[in-house]
Order: sequence, then structure tokens, then C-alpha cells
Amino acid sequence: MSFLTYLKDGISLGSVYAIIALGYTMVYGIAKMLNFAHGDVIMVGAYVVLMLLTKAGVPGILAIIIAMAVCTLLGITIEKVAYRPLRKASSPLAVLITAIGVSYLLQNVALLIFGADGKTFVDVIKIPSLSLGGGKLIISGTTIVTILASIVIMICLTMFVNKTKQGHAMQAVSEDKDAAQLMGVNVNGTISLTFAIGSALAAVAGVLLCSAYPIVTPYTGAMPGIKAFVAAVFGGIGSIPGAMIGGILLGVIEILSKAYISSQVSDAIVFAVLIIVLLVKPTGLFGKNIQEKV
Amino acid sequence: MKKLTRVISVCAAAAMVLTAVSPVLADDEKFVIGGIGPVTGAAAAYGISVMNGAQLAVDEINAAGGINGYQVEFISADDEHDAEKSVNAYNDLKDKGMQMLLGTVTSAPCIAVGGEAANDNMFLLTPSGSAVDCIAYENAFRVCFSDPAQGAKSAQFIGEHELATKVGIIYDSSDPYSTGIMESFVAEAANQGIEVVSNEAFSDNRTDFSAQLNKAKDAGAELVFLPFYYQEAALVLKQASDMDYAPKFFGCDGMDGILTVENFDTSLAEGLMLLTPFTPNAEDEMTQNFVKAYEEAYDGLVPIQFGADAYDGIYAIKAALEDAGATPDMSVSDLCEALKVSMGNITVEGLTGTITWDAATGEPEKEPKAVMIENSEYVAMD
Repeated sequence: MSFLTYLKDGISLGSVYAIIALGYTMVYGIAKMLNFAHGDVIMVGAYVVLMLLTKAGVPGILAIIIAMAVCTLLGITIEKVAYRPLRKASSPLAVLITAIGVSYLLQNVALLIFGADGKTFVDVIKIPSLSLGGGKLIISGTTIVTILASIVIMICLTMFVNKTKQGHAMQAVSEDKDAAQLMGVNVNGTISLTFAIGSALAAVAGVLLCSAYPIVTPYTGAMPGIKAFVAAVFGGIGSIPGAMIGGILLGVIEILSKAYISSQVSDAIVFAVLIIVLLVKPTGLFGKNIQEKV
Repeated sequence: MKKLTRVISVCAAAAMVLTAVSPVLADDEKFVIGGIGPVTGAAAAYGISVMNGAQLAVDEINAAGGINGYQVEFISADDEHDAEKSVNAYNDLKDKGMQMLLGTVTSAPCIAVGGEAANDNMFLLTPSGSAVDCIAYENAFRVCFSDPAQGAKSAQFIGEHELATKVGIIYDSSDPYSTGIMESFVAEAANQGIEVVSNEAFSDNRTDFSAQLNKAKDAGAELVFLPFYYQEAALVLKQASDMDYAPKFFGCDGMDGILTVENFDTSLAEGLMLLTPFTPNAEDEMTQNFVKAYEEAYDGLVPIQFGADAYDGIYAIKAALEDAGATPDMSVSDLCEALKVSMGNITVEGLTGTITWDAATGEPEKEPKAVMIENSEYVAMD
């Protein structure tokens, strides 16, 4: 039974990584840039929901919708102000470094407004936990919602990208920006839309992350953001189902290595697995190997 | 609560300014003890409490006839919990005639000032600097336990009070404070008949403790020792409750503050124990008198452990000066040499326990004290 308990804990943790990884992979897949500020947009989303619930007394669902709107605006603004001017820069590193800068900016602004003290997140998801095997295996309501939300988001994103006009535009931009522009695709608009969707997802991820681990600090999004990035690479960055599977696998590996190998080196094990996967399959588990034609 | 502390800190800061500008006479007819600590800034609560506790002790001593027949003057300076400002404060107090230093209050500034004080051979007694290096030099002593000593003292407390025989540990492997406590706990546990059944670390993932808690549960731990800060501890308590695991929980001074976490469901902390040298609602006469005098002197402000540490520190200096038969006309260095020896001879019946010192290391020896959280309040355990 204890193996099942650990497995369940791993899936709970992994589902949180998965939902963050979906946002990472979506932005990378289309804009071909690593948005390192994604984890911090999650933190902003969590603070917005917490403030609306505790200070303004807004009902839960409405608070989440407002937070999604705030994060969407924030995402579009970040893209417009910090990333777009650098898109033509000779080195892709410029935008990467800017993303790290935006990440620190968001953390420090949050530090100024909310202080370094953690605030306990209040329950938004009021779903009773599921008890299996006569109470031996308890699956919390938050875990159930997180897993369901990850699956729903994964399916919706896949359908959106493959079936809608904007989705086709995204694919075109992803493959070749210049060619897409020549074909009449609004490249800037498409990338803005990508950031809007990614940031709205970040708000949802923030609520789910902080419901599972109920404390919010200005650094709440930083470490899960990096782990989720690893999950996205693990699953094949740019691949939507890959992010989902990568996230869950990462969580399970982390918890099982803590349980059966050593809690002292579990993080090292997680990253060792990543290195092995990338050595064997450089594109990640679900990554597409696109040949560059010359 | 926060607002109240702010008002009080402003008042205290104003009082400090007044004492700072009053002229200090450099006569040989009294002992001058300096105090350095953060009276403004983020750690102001600690510094204010130390200055108040020290002043209270000095006033009592003067009213009772002083030390060796000489009056005592306490002069203090603010360091804003900043190492550089602390060294400046030290030089300033030295110019004003300081002969012995009660300070500094926080660890990092204390390490910086410790070097300066060693150069001057100035006697240094920190009430609350718990980092090992605060008393790296032989002129330095402390009132509180060092960080790693808290581990051994926790094991001692758990053993003597027979709280548990099977103990699980969760610690932060990225933090020397937490790792140091864990190591000294494990070393002392065997002497106390405690079996450490699980010893698990966390580092990067500071939010998910499910695996560590499950291992403690599977190993049958009756008590889980949590030597780290209260923010992570709040999550540990929540996750333990979610998985229906209800062992006893025991923390160190980093746990102090758990009841102040915003929106935290304090019912989760019921029964939580933590090592702390002082609690204002302890029922012994000495604590009660101290709390009463402190509240009267400082507009109803309730003392925290830092004030008690400082109060004991002043009485330790008094006992050592008396043991050495020292007089105010001795030089700073001569006083230090005499006090270094006398600290090893004295026993202080203080608020934080009956304290003796190891003259070689400067570390105090006293019985550990702990509190348990009951109805969202600290209750002293005997």
C-alpha cells in the first residue's frame, strides 16, 4: 500500500508540474522562446486570487476569472514591452536574458507589495477528498481537480492548435515567421495571442499550485517554474501531450526517489534522469525531430 | 498586533534618540555597558526588546546599590541589523566610554563586531547571536544556545520529558542552520534513548513534504522533529493533517512565528512544541515579576525572549564583575581579561534558566525549556 501512496503523491506533485509545463511548452512551441517569467506570472495569479478572496470577498470562481484576465493582460504587456523589441535581435540569447530579468522584476515587485512573509492560501477548491481501500489511500480534492484540469487543458489546447484558424496561424508562425508573414499571417498578433493563452493558463496553474501547497511568497513560482521547464524538455518541448506526460513522470520520479533511494539526492536523481533521456532521445519523449532542409 | 508593534517601535526609537543625545560623562566612577542591536528596520522587535530588558536590569541593579558599590550606565546604539552599521555603532559607543558590550543582537552584525571587539580586547556578551561564529574569539560569550546546540538540547528535552522514543526528522539540507541542528540532535539522541527512525531532507522542493512524512509514518515515528523555519513548517503541518498523520511535532527557535502566518489555520499547530528559552506566561515568580516590571516600564509591551536574554546578560556581567572584584577605573582590556576568567566561575539564576559558562568556548550551559501551543497560545512546559 505504501508504494501506492507514494505513487499517488508523485502523481499529485506531477500534475502541478504538468499544468505549469503546458504554459511553458505552448509559448516555446509557437514563439520559440523560453519564457522564464512564466513561473512568476503564476505567482502573480496566486496573489490576485488570494487578495480577491480575502480582502474583497469575491467568490472563488469569479476570483479565478479575474486573475486569468489580469495575468492575460500582464502576459501581453510583458511580450509587447520586453520581448517584441528583441525579436529581431541577432542573438536569441537577448530575449532569454530579458525573460530572466522580467522574472526578477516580478519577484521584486511582489516583494515590495506583499513583503517576504508567506501568506497561507485559502481553500478555493472545495471538493472532498477521495478515500480508497478503507482510508489507506486518500486522494485530495485538489489533486483530482488538478489532474482533470491538466487533461482538459491539454485536449483544448491540442484542438485549438489543430482545428482553428488562429491555431493554424500559430503553427505557421512556429515553423517560419517570415514565410508566415508573407502568407498574410499577423505574426505579432499571433504571438500576442500565444502569450495571452499561456498567461491565462498560468493563473489557473497558480490557483492549483497554491491549493495543493497552500502558501504564497514572491518566490512561489520560481522553483516549480524551473521544474516544470525540465518537465517540458523531458516530454519534448513544444509538444502539448509531452508536457503533460513529462510533468507527471517528473513528479513520480521525484517522490519515488525520495521514498526509495534518498531524500538528500532526489533532486540530483531527477536531473540525472533528464540527462539520460536527452542523451538517448535528444528531442525529449514526444518531441518531433524536424529536419532542416537546406 | 503588527500596528501595535509599529507604534511601540516608533516610541522606543524616539526614546533611543533621546538617550543617544544625552551627554555621557567619561568619569571613572561607574561601569559603562554598551548595547548594540536593530532598533529600527525589519528586525527592530529583537533590538528593542534587548535594549528594554537590559535597561530594566540596569535600573534594578542601580536601585539595589550597583555593582561592587559603583553605579552602572547602559548606552545603546542602533545597527539596523546591518554588519557595517553595527561596526560604526561599536566605534561610536567606544568613543562614548563603553567598557563592556552586551551585543550585538543579531548574528551577522555580531560576527562583524566580534572581530573588532577581539582587536580591542573588549568583553563581548551577545544575548541572542546564535550563529557559531558570533563568539569565535575568546573575549566573546553568549546567553542563548548556539544554533547547533539547539539540536542536542531538543533531544535532551524530548528524552527527559519522555515525549517519544521513536523520532522522525525532516530537515532542510540547503541550510546550515537546519543541518547543524539535525546533526547535533542525531548525536545526542542515542544518549537520550531516542531512536531516529527516519531522517529525511528537503532542499529545492520546499512545498511538497509528502514523501518525507510518509516515511516517518511508515517507520512508526511518534514524534517528528522539524528544525527549520515556520513557513515550511506550516505546510508540513497541513500535509500531515491531510494524510491523517498526527504525531507530536517539535521545532526550534525558527518555529517561533508559526501563529503569525497570515490566514494560517492555527488549529493545525495545536500541540506543536518548540524550544524557546522564555515565555511571558510561565508561572514562576521571577518571570511574572519581570513581565510585570517590563509592562509597567514600556507601556504594556509584553517582553519576548530577546528581552529575557538581555536581562540575564546584564546580571551575568554583574556576577562576573563581582567575582573579579573589578572597578570602573580598570582599562577595557584589563576588565576583559578579568571577566573572561570570572565567566567560568559564576552561576546566574536567570529568566532563561540557571546558567553557567564554559570560559574556554564562551557557550552557556542551562536546562532547555520548551513551550506547547494550546488554544493558539504558547504554554510553558515543565
